[in-house]
Formats: sequence, structure tokens, C-alpha cells
Amino acid sequence: MLEIRGLRASAGDKEILKGIDLTVNAGEVHAVMGPNGSGKSTLAQVLAGHPAYEVTAGQVLYEGNDLLDMDPEVRAQAGIFLAFQYPVEIPGISNAYFLRAAYNEIRKSKGLEEVDSMDFLDLLEEKLRLVEWGPEIMSRAVNSGFSGGEKKRNEILQMAVLEPKLAILDETDSGLDIDALRIVASGVNALRKPDNATIIVTHYQRLLNYIVPDQVHVLSAGRIVRSGGKDLALELEARGYEWLEQEVGAAS
Amino acid sequence: MKEAHLQEYGLKVPVLTAETPDWLEPVRKAGIDRFAAVGFPTARDEEWRFTPVGPIAQGTWRHGTGSTHGVTRAQLAPFIFGHPEWTTLVFVDGGYSEALSSTGALPAGVRAGSLAEALRADGAMLEKHLARHASIEASPFTALSTAFMRDGGFLHVPANTDLTRPVHLVFVSTREAAGSVTYPRNLVVIEQGARASVIESYVSLAEGTSYWTNAVTEVVAGANSWIEHTRIQRESERAFHVGLTHVEQQRDSHYRSFTLAMGGALARHNLHARLNGENVETLMYGLYLTRGDQVVDNHTAIHHDQPNCRSWEVYKGVLDGRSRAVFNGKVFVKPEAQKTDAKQTNRNLLLSDAAKVNTKPQLEIFADDVKCTHGATVGRLDEVALFYARSRGVPAEKAQRLLTYAFAAEVTSEVVLEPVRSELDRLVRERLGEM
Repeated sequence: MLEIRGLRASAGDKEILKGIDLTVNAGEVHAVMGPNGSGKSTLAQVLAGHPAYEVTAGQVLYEGNDLLDMDPEVRAQAGIFLAFQYPVEIPGISNAYFLRAAYNEIRKSKGLEEVDSMDFLDLLEEKLRLVEWGPEIMSRAVNSGFSGGEKKRNEILQMAVLEPKLAILDETDSGLDIDALRIVASGVNALRKPDNATIIVTHYQRLLNYIVPDQVHVLSAGRIVRSGGKDLALELEARGYEWLEQEVGAAS
Repeated sequence: MKEAHLQEYGLKVPVLTAETPDWLEPVRKAGIDRFAAVGFPTARDEEWRFTPVGPIAQGTWRHGTGSTHGVTRAQLAPFIFGHPEWTTLVFVDGGYSEALSSTGALPAGVRAGSLAEALRADGAMLEKHLARHASIEASPFTALSTAFMRDGGFLHVPANTDLTRPVHLVFVSTREAAGSVTYPRNLVVIEQGARASVIESYVSLAEGTSYWTNAVTEVVAGANSWIEHTRIQRESERAFHVGLTHVEQQRDSHYRSFTLAMGGALARHNLHARLNGENVETLMYGLYLTRGDQVVDNHTAIHHDQPNCRSWEVYKGVLDGRSRAVFNGKVFVKPEAQKTDAKQTNRNLLLSDAAKVNTKPQLEIFADDVKCTHGATVGRLDEVALFYARSRGVPAEKAQRLLTYAFAAEVTSEVVLEPVRSELDRLVRERLGEM
């Protein structure tokens, strides 16, 4: 589904990603871990097409197409979804309005008819249940005045409605209390299907207790320094990132 | 030209005073004398520094005829909203049109109609308020209005009465208005414990016509009254519009205004509120949408004269083309006005490189136990917010419109009365492009 080869990216003059290789197949969950500043959030944002980053080298193929050549909205229409680390507040428009606009744009791109607000509310009902929310949240302005946990839940709700093929969760677990973490994780698990894939970007192993990854990759200074199974996350939790960084440093 | 207006006064005054009560004559005289003394403002006047009124000052302006010029209800339909049972008073080129107006069922004792008629019928009732609140010293334009006032809306809601349905004053300019000036003059008196919604619309039936509207509205908010006042300025984009709204608030009153400015080549509105009693609440919301070469200026002044009052002000602007906006927000807090809580915000969104904003908060605080804040911003759409919308599948251009709309909708959503809020929403969408 996704093939990243030799990806390098910069923000301004600063190179952050220094050659990433990663392959994600349909049905898989990958965890990308790493210390602060390792580039894991940048990787998530580059995949979604964040304009703050410039790709300087490498290639990303998504379902065989050149992902880097696609505008962010085209990526979304093709099934890529980024759950933001810091979801944006948009006072002035309701959660329902925003999400329906997005939903309809994705439908339009597939040649499907737009849905009106009544039909959309029906569709929402089931999705809201997934994140254990009532309909009131939909009349509030997008993320405006939401708590940190509510914002993250809202990202999962958006994901549930937009039904991406490749979901990228950028530090979705940070700042969540244990209940919110459980809700977010069960939402993600409920959306797992054999034909879609998930990339979980996280600093901590905690979320991986709930969403079990097929592969774990450790990023350090813009490179993947180790890949392994789910046990790698536990080892990192026990021994910290320094251990791995030292080991890698000694080896090179 | 100043001289032309003085001459006009000499010609007009016998006609004007024949129609209106005796007490008004010295009031008019004071107005014209004030104008004679100060003349039109220039860029050297601090109050008018960014607002070039040269085209008004140098122009020759006929006085509006006040005839209905064959205007039909069908022509007015695009400007009328709400419910048919609302009271809608229509003024065409400065004069009241009974045929185009409709008076719904009003609660007992409520007066809603033409000011000219009210002056003929019961001038004594008006004597207490008309031209007593909007000072001729507020601006030379107010002085001129006071000298030449002829017609406009008059609303009186007696004590402890709920108006229930709003009164909509519609000032229409036709093609015949080209080269003329009108002086809409409104008086709104909401007595103690009463509740009312008032809407003023300034509209044009002939886009591209150049005329000048010089409007003054006085609002008296009695003790414990509740008022929602909406002002919709949709003049021709070649017209000139100067307006002053003065609000006099007594204790425990709640006054909330919403001002939409989207018309005019040059449009200036002053909104002044005097908080003349304790526990007064004043909310001022504004939105201006400008494009082309429009210049839109909002000056507000909130006078905290008494303790324990609260004022909350949010003006927002969306500017395109080479347009320019001016915002000046004054808050005066007298020494005795302790426990004042005042907040002022002006936010501007620039859609083009050539658009400009001059924004200036002006707080003069003479009490020590107060909470007064202000903030002004001028900027572009937030890149991260744009990316957020695009990352959800919304194309770039539509994401821009969506976020621009959201910026404006944040302030229109503050309007309490639903049909008014919907109409404002419709106007915003129409201007910013349907989504």
C-alpha cells in the first residue's frame, strides 16, 4: 500500500528526515516510535502533505502512485488520513458542517452524490457511538474550546466518518487520560480492516497495549535505526531510547 | 461644499420648520451654526485621518426628493426578510412610503412609524429625546443631519412591554438618488423594562449609482430594558455613507448591536454608547466585508460613566482587492466607574496583498479598579488551518472560502434573533462565495 524509499525532508534550512525506507502493506499496523526531535511527527506530516516541509529526496508510492506529487486534498480523497497531534480549532463553523463538507468532497471525488445534512446525521449516529459521544458535540464549533482529550476523540470521529485506507495517527495518545485512551484505541481497533492500514506515531508504548502493531520502527535523528515486532516497543519501554541510540552510535 | 449647504439651509428652513414643531427650530439652527463653524472634516482631523471625505465635501448634493419613484414591493423583496407580520417601514430616497411599508400587530401603546408624521402628530413626546443624545459636536455630519433632518423611523416601546416582533427600517436609494443626499433620522425609545429588536437596512436598487446617505440614529435604553439593534449597510458601491448611532443606556439595561458594512465607496459609521447607570451591559459586534476600492470605517466609543458595567466588543473585517478598512475603538472609563469590565477586539483578515487596515484601540481609563483589555490583529488565513481542511479532502480554494466564512460566522452567530442571524449568514455567504 505504501512504499517509502530514501525519503529526505527539511523545514527551512533544517533537514529532519535523512533517508527513510518503510513499507506498509494492507491489513498491517505499524508503530513509529522515537525520542522527541527524531522526526516521527515530520514523517506523519510529510505523508499528509504539510506545506511546512520540503521533500528534498526520495520517493513515496501509495497504491503505486507518486504520493508526493499529490495535493493534500487529493491524498485525503485517495484515502489517506492524518490524525493531527494538535488538531486545529475553527471557531465559526460547527463540527457537523465541517465534517459533512469533508465527507462530501471525498464522495464527490469518487463520483458519488453529496449527502444532505439529515442523511449525514443518520450516518453520524453510528460513528459517534464508536467514540462514546452524543450528538451535542456536532453543533459545537470545530475543536473550539475542546479539551485535549476531546480534540483527539474528534480526530478519531473524523477518521471513522471518512473511512481512510491509510490512517496515520500522530501522537494521538499524548495528553490522554486512561479513559480517553481506551476510547480512542477501541475506535481505531473497530476501524481496522484487512484492506486498510494504520501508522501509529508515538513516543510511548502505552497506546500499543491497546492497539497491537505488526511492526515497530524506531526513528532517531531522521532515520529508522531499528525495526522489529511488538516486543521491540516493550523493550524500549523498559530500557528507554538512549540504550538504542548508544547501540546504534557504537555500531556506526 | 460647505457654502452650498449653508445656502441650502437658508432655502430649506422655511419648508422644514413649517412641517415640524417650534422647539425643533433652534435645534436645527444650532446644527447649522455648528456646521458653519467647523465645516467638513479633513485628513488633519484626528477623527478622520484615514477617511478621505473629500468627495463628499467637494460634491454638490441635491436634497433627496422623498418620492417613491414607482418602487414596487417586488423590487424590495430581496431586502426584506423575517416574517410578513414584522413591522417594516420603508423610506425611498429619504421619504417614508406608506404604500411600501407594512405595520404588523403591535402590542398596546407601541408607536412605530415615520418620524416626520410623529413630529406633526405628537411633537411634544419627541422633544425630550430627538437630537438630545446625538451631539452636534459628535461630528460635522451629525450637525448637518440635525439641521436638515426630515424623516426616518420612530419607535417607542412603553414601559414593561415586549415588542415581540422586530421593527425593520429600510432605507432604499433608487436610480433617481444619483447626486443627491438624504438624511435618515431615527429615534428609538425603549422604556423601562421593555424589550425590543430593531433592524436598520441601507440598500440600493441601482448598483453603481453615486449618492450620499447621512444617517443618524438615537437609541434610548430605559432602565432594565433589553435591545437588539442590527444595522445592515448595503449601499451601492459607488455611494457615500456616513452614519452615527448614539445609544443612551440607563441602569440595568442590555443593549447589543450588530453592524454589517458591505456597501459604499466610502462608508463611515460611528457607534457611541453612554452607560449612564449601574449594571449596564453593552455588546457591540461588527463585521465589514470590503472589496474593490471600498473604504469602510468603523469608529466606536463606549463611555463607562458609572460603576459595575460591562462592555464587550468584537469587530471583524474581511478585506479583498485594494479596499481599506479603518477601525477605531474608544473606551472611556470615568473615575467613578469602578469595577468596569471592558473588552475590545478587532480582527482583520486580508484576502489580497493590496488591501489595508488602519486599526487603533484607544482606552482612556480614569478609574483604578477595572478590567479593560483590547487586542487587534491583521493577517492572512492560518496556513495550518488550511492544511487541516485540505487534509480532510477539501480542495484548497474551497478550504479558503470555508475558513473565511468561519472567520465571519464567528461574529454573526452572536445575533440572538434567528431570522436576522440567518439573513446575515446569507449575505456573508453571498459575498464570500457559496460553499
